[in-house]
Amino acid sequence: MSANAKQKRTLGEWLRGYTGQKYLTTFFFLLIPIVLLLIFTLIPAVNMFLFSFQKRDQLGVNPEWIGLNNYITLFTQSEYLSTFKNCLYYLLGSFVQQALALLIATTLCSKLKLANVFKGILFFPYMMNGVAVSIIFRKFFTKGDGIISSEGTLNSILSIFGIPGISWLNDPNLVNWCLVFASIWKYIGFDIIMYIGAIQSISPDIYEAADLDGANGWQRFWYIVFPGIRPIVALQLVLAIKGAASVFDIPYIITGGANGTSTFVIKTIDTAFTYEKVGLGSAMGIVLLLIILIITGVQNLLFKERK
Amino acid sequence: MAKETYTSIKSYQFKETPKSVRIAFQVLKYVFLVVCCLVVLIPLVIVLLGSLKTGTEYLQSNVFALPEVPQFSNYITAFTKGHVLLGLGNTFLIEIISCFGTIITGTMTAFVLQRFSMLYTKIVKTIFLIVALLPSISMQVTVFQIVNAMGLHDNYLAPILMYIGTDIVSIQIFMQFLDNISVSLDESAFLEGCSYPGVYWRIILPMLRPAIATVLVIKFVGIYNDFYTANLYIPHHETVSTALYNFIGPYGAQWEVIFAGIVICIVPTLIIFLSLQKSIYSNLVSGSVKE
Repeated sequence: MSANAKQKRTLGEWLRGYTGQKYLTTFFFLLIPIVLLLIFTLIPAVNMFLFSFQKRDQLGVNPEWIGLNNYITLFTQSEYLSTFKNCLYYLLGSFVQQALALLIATTLCSKLKLANVFKGILFFPYMMNGVAVSIIFRKFFTKGDGIISSEGTLNSILSIFGIPGISWLNDPNLVNWCLVFASIWKYIGFDIIMYIGAIQSISPDIYEAADLDGANGWQRFWYIVFPGIRPIVALQLVLAIKGAASVFDIPYIITGGANGTSTFVIKTIDTAFTYEKVGLGSAMGIVLLLIILIITGVQNLLFKERK
Repeated sequence: MAKETYTSIKSYQFKETPKSVRIAFQVLKYVFLVVCCLVVLIPLVIVLLGSLKTGTEYLQSNVFALPEVPQFSNYITAFTKGHVLLGLGNTFLIEIISCFGTIITGTMTAFVLQRFSMLYTKIVKTIFLIVALLPSISMQVTVFQIVNAMGLHDNYLAPILMYIGTDIVSIQIFMQFLDNISVSLDESAFLEGCSYPGVYWRIILPMLRPAIATVLVIKFVGIYNDFYTANLYIPHHETVSTALYNFIGPYGAQWEVIFAGIVICIVPTLIIFLSLQKSIYSNLVSGSVKE
């Protein structure tokens, strides 16, 4: 009798039951996120893939299929290839940044007064507005904006030591390093916090054991701290490579990509919006995506091995 | 737990190093940290000093010289003529709607994806994981045309919808947190006659409060500092970032006014940082490891 009744449940009853509710809730709860995902991510991603084989402008009037030509342009013309080279500055810079952050984090974790004040000061730039940071560094490096003695900050410091002023942002050999410096200044705080977290999660028992064995400071770092935080170091390096491949805001605002400072992403945006070559810009977007996918793949392989 | 570890590492001492070496080492550590902090602070102090000087004073004095009489007129200029006040207003408007939207849709999505295991949710989950890898700025090359086609260019809705719709990290944080909330809790509520939306509203949402705080901090700071979305999609409605960026043109020679604008822009960040310092350290880290 009851089994019979169950089979003849009306739609309304089914909707109020366990399964029905589950499907209804899923449908309505995911409605908005999925629509937004389609509009702002999935459709643009598919478009980007298709456009990368086309010659087209911003309005998309008469697009022309040109096969792999966009990709060939990208990898043969020095205008585009040189932006890869610029990313190498940031990659090198981020290795320096990781080493320095690790050193600072290790120091902050030792017996120290005011450790929290130091930590706070070093971390704060990470939270600051990127435009503000970029403008600050424009002034920090620029020489002689003023009429009489208003030198850039860095030159004013150097003049205290009797070193003549240098036009940092005009010298093509120096400008990229200046931008890398600004980028380290802003982002190092995050790495410091990551490393402090990793160092503090090492069990104190291990230190005591090492202490009994008479280990010195360097041995403590190399044989205990470093192996303990190696997964975080590896993760940080992967993030650093991804970051170097997609540098954008600091060079975009400080130099606008002029004077040989354009990065791959700045070039992508310029190509698509300033020169209205949407097809070529899309191809650049796809290339960056492929680079990131490869790095992520390598990262997954590495971390699986560890486990 | 972490705190205990910290103190015991702190109380740890070398046994065999002579005292003089130990002191020298300790001094070296402080010198190193002070130098690092100076590198961070000097550019900021210059900005503060410069913002308090008059135009001629700024041009004629050394960057490190203190202002003779602190001036606040630069701040007034920045606020009114430099549109910083307007920018702050616009930014907070976008912040409030976007944060609210992210929390509602993010928690709802995480609830469904983490609690219900069916083909549909599994597919959506996988798509989210892949989508999180897409480089956001490059994507604007094709997003821009869609926003244009929708007629949303120069409309506040464009950045707001984007902030809500492309935030996978928040969903991941919520899901991670839901992993640790027992399913038996919502099942018993369901058996007592509570519907699934009811379970979400009465049980899940209140329990997610710490995760919501995390997402709020990350989201707030992220939107406050975002420059490119506003620059591209709402060029005629300045946010803090674009107002500052647009300063460079007309005020190119008036660094003291630009500096005042920078100080105004940094103050809200500084207040948030000082009041939430500890949770920011743990939240930002937990937010990024999930990437």
